[in-house]
Amino acid sequence: MCLGVPVRVMSISGTSATAEVGGARREISVMLLEDVREGDWVILHAGFAISKLSPEEAEKTLQYLREIRDAT
Amino acid sequence: MRLKYIDEFRDPELARRVVDAIRTSWGERPPMRLMEVCGTHTVSIARAGIRSLLDGAVTMVSGPGCPVCVTPDGYIDAAITLGKRPDTILATFGDMLRVPGRHSSLEKERSGGVNVRILYSPLDAVETAAGNPGKEVIFLGVGFETTAPSIAGAILSAAVRDIGNFSVLSSVRTIPRAMEALASDPEVRIEGFLCPAHVSAIIGSDAYLPLAEKFGVPCVVAGFEPLDILYGIYLLLRQKIRGAAVVENEYSRVATPSGNRKAREIIATVFRESDIGWRGIGVLPGTGLAIADAYSEFDAQKKFGVEIPFTEDKTACRCGDVLKGKITPRECPLFGNACTPAEPYGPCMVSSEGTCAAYYKYGVQ
Ligand code: SF4
Ligand code: SF4
Repeated sequence: MCLGVPVRVMSISGTSATAEVGGARREISVMLLEDVREGDWVILHAGFAISKLSPEEAEKTLQYLREIRDAT
Repeated sequence: MRLKYIDEFRDPELARRVVDAIRTSWGERPPMRLMEVCGTHTVSIARAGIRSLLDGAVTMVSGPGCPVCVTPDGYIDAAITLGKRPDTILATFGDMLRVPGRHSSLEKERSGGVNVRILYSPLDAVETAAGNPGKEVIFLGVGFETTAPSIAGAILSAAVRDIGNFSVLSSVRTIPRAMEALASDPEVRIEGFLCPAHVSAIIGSDAYLPLAEKFGVPCVVAGFEPLDILYGIYLLLRQKIRGAAVVENEYSRVATPSGNRKAREIIATVFRESDIGWRGIGVLPGTGLAIADAYSEFDAQKKFGVEIPFTEDKTACRCGDVLKGKITPRECPLFGNACTPAEPYGPCMVSSEGTCAAYYKYGVQ
């Protein structure tokens, strides 16, 4: 029920935004986010962006995973 | 098509290496008993075959992390009662349709004439109300902290737009105290929690500090992709090896220590804490989110004077024990014969994130 997916915010007007969801465009609500900007990645759940997604943190996590791989 | 921030965390070669690293670092120790709290984790673990990959190192038990599964019969009955009122439209997430109440389900009632609409977002229910002024649209508000702000957001938007024919039957609930109840249950014997990803995006990883501190249980917030889960398990095992019980966050790309401040504010504005019954677990004080008095005009319970009774029927379905991790679905005598996804007997077989459904679909032993 609560599958959230990463989508990219294309444009914002007020509390709604247009996001790109796997090639398609959708209207989403950004009322739950404080400082969302065009180009941001967010997690979309039940029509609402519930959180931002940090590309830097994603890369850090992948880097840790590669370190685990390289250590074995 | 490549899915950014999803495909990278599904890399099978990297996953194999992390499995090797887990097995090597764990050695010959007895398996650590971990609970994945969230239904989406359950499905992902089953789909990727993680239980068998890590057999011997960890024993994964599934928790109460599917809102559909833990919603008690009395809620379904109350929804049906409301649905039978004239000019009512029940708006719900699709998973709720086949969940059994005491006598019926929304699906059965729908063929009997109750107007049930399946929606993707609580906001769609507000739109439906705006478009059908002669009708009362009642949204079946189930979910955890992930869904709570969206339901609250829908209520706020109905309030701003002065839409009087929209209300919510709330069975929204919060997770950390339910985890504490499980952590203190000696029969469940949890040695570590894989904490839900998107609940944590809202409440923040710090919400699990009491679990780690008071109950001495390691907690790791992990994302939903196979590598997220494997890395989360790796961190839990590593804590056990060094005798630690702290909160770690594997899913830092989305969940922060303090979570989503604005979402939590909206939850606190629209809801108030209440005691609520969890199917199979019982009433857990303060884990419910009832609609606050200031928004009572949107509270279907108050508006139409319905009660949501909590009783635990003794049926053959063992969902209660499945949700507490006391048995695996295969230990339920009905699994796979009297109870299948096509003909579900209990809620854990109905929901797409239900433990029984995941075990059945992916043939988990
Ligand atoms: S994150 Fe979603 S799937 Fe997981 S427990 Fe919460 S509501 Fe369920
Ligand atoms: S297999 Fe069916 S009857 Fe048994 S616990 Fe699961 S849902 Fe309930």
